[in-house]
Amino acid sequence: MIELQAIQRDFNVGDQTIHALQQINLTISQGEYVSIMGPSGSGKSTLLNVIGLLDRPSSGTYTLDQAEITALSDDERADIRQHKIGFIFQFFQLLPRLTAQENVELPMLLAGTAPFVRQQRARKVLQSLDILDRAGHRPDQLSGGQQQRVAIARATVMQPKVILADEPTGNLDRHSGREVIRILERLNGEGMSLIVVTHDPEVGQRAKRHIRMIDGKITHSD
Amino acid sequence: MRFSDIIRYTWHALSRHRLRTTLMLIAMMIGVAAIIVLTSLGEGARRYVLNEFSSLGTNLIIVIPGKTETTGGVPPMFVGETPRDLTTADANALNRISSVKRVAPVVVGSAAISWDGRERETAIFGSSHSLLKLRHWTLSMGTFLPDTDYDRASAVCIIGATIQRELFGTSNPIGKWLRIGEHRFRVIGVLASKGRSIGIDVQEIAIIPVASAQSLFNTPSLFRILVETSSRDTIHYVQTQITRIIAARHQGEEDVTIITQDAVLSTFDKILSALTYTVAGIAAISLVVAGILIMNIMLISVSQRTAEIGLLKALGATQHKITLLFLSEAMMLSVLGAILGLATGALANVVLTNIYPDFPVTAPLWSLIGAVTVAVLTGLVFGAMPAKRAAQLNPIEALAHK
Repeated sequence: MIELQAIQRDFNVGDQTIHALQQINLTISQGEYVSIMGPSGSGKSTLLNVIGLLDRPSSGTYTLDQAEITALSDDERADIRQHKIGFIFQFFQLLPRLTAQENVELPMLLAGTAPFVRQQRARKVLQSLDILDRAGHRPDQLSGGQQQRVAIARATVMQPKVILADEPTGNLDRHSGREVIRILERLNGEGMSLIVVTHDPEVGQRAKRHIRMIDGKITHSD
Repeated sequence: MRFSDIIRYTWHALSRHRLRTTLMLIAMMIGVAAIIVLTSLGEGARRYVLNEFSSLGTNLIIVIPGKTETTGGVPPMFVGETPRDLTTADANALNRISSVKRVAPVVVGSAAISWDGRERETAIFGSSHSLLKLRHWTLSMGTFLPDTDYDRASAVCIIGATIQRELFGTSNPIGKWLRIGEHRFRVIGVLASKGRSIGIDVQEIAIIPVASAQSLFNTPSLFRILVETSSRDTIHYVQTQITRIIAARHQGEEDVTIITQDAVLSTFDKILSALTYTVAGIAAISLVVAGILIMNIMLISVSQRTAEIGLLKALGATQHKITLLFLSEAMMLSVLGAILGLATGALANVVLTNIYPDFPVTAPLWSLIGAVTVAVLTGLVFGAMPAKRAAQLNPIEALAHK
């Protein structure tokens, strides 16, 4: 489903060129559960951003769902992000002025879904994540674990093919972190591919497939 | 994205910063209201002056003794200095021009007017029967001057409403004999208290036959001759005829100044319209200032909401959609500001109308449309740059923004 070939991502910092990703070859099938681990600056977030179409590789080819992505326009990439990819961030990235439910509705609002349909679907997802009773609360009235569950609801409400989680437990206590991971694993069990970037070994080990990165290269892949 | 969703999203974003949004709306409001009030005043002044001149009469030509010389050493303030007077005989001659409907010779002076021990100084008009219709005046009681020869003096007068009140109080003045200067006159009519016309308050004058006025002020000459033509089209023809006839009667000298009401009207119309446009233009500058404020606020908004923009991009918002969202925000500020400005301007006009009921304060339609258009365009133009900046943010850097 995801196929990276000879992906290279270089940044120019001053007159120096930093190779954030070097010759990455990686294939991830539909429904896989993958963790990407490695020290800070090893390129794991950059890899996630390339997979999530937020970043363009400097060279190499990326095929998602049999479609060549590298040559697509910004708008076409936005469209793929909208329908096939769900992002989960370390700091949740909920909009503080919107309620939990409105945050979940946001992707559908951008897609132009009718308000009634939107509300139904948002409530359904919130219910499946067991936080429907918090639908009317704003993020600052929710605990970290609850906020991340709202963020997961937002990431999955468009029923994407793949969930990209960048340090999903990095800002949570142990208990909430475990719960968030359990939810993500359940969604993976329902068929969504799950790629988790983390440097918490406990979280990383739970994945069925482990990838290690150092200095922009994959040093280990199951 | 749906239109209603864009509006709601934008409204949410704006209402989070109440003070900032309110101040911005006030700035826009003042700009729009200023245009409306200032153009209303300009337009009011124009209409006021035009009304004043129209109340002189219609299709009017005014003949004044003396001619303004553009050469020679005599300063123009000496208009009226001429060796040859304008006389009632001249007025009679003008009456014979075809297309002339009415002629009224006018002598003006000031004299004491008294009755029953009460006395006051009053402007005295010496004129003829046709003055009433020529000036569009009306009587509240009695009759006007009889239709006789200009040379025939008779001891009758018509008085204004104020004179009537001050001399006679509530008693009926018709038939009473009052004294003007050294002469006695019988009151035969009272003018209806209708408005003003060019500095003359018709309530404060007394009118007597032209010959009586000439003997009262001991002068053979006329102050001016008013001529009404049969239609607007004949004004020019009559004007040249007057020049020719007066020259023939005055040993070949064109020693009168002829003013047509049309010329005066159109001159004032032009001057005051130009004034109104100028004032509107100056007020429009305040809208441009408001536009720069909008740009400033939008730039602040973009930098404060960088993470939000990054998120929207991650959720699949295209550059076009993000531009649309931020442009809507600028537009909402300018449109709401314009609406508030319209309301404020209208309110100010109502207040002004209450304070100065005689002054026609009405916003011309072009200024309403113009003010709103400029306001909206301002939002669009000055919102474009911040919106573009938002749309072009790199999503990764934006998401990392704290």
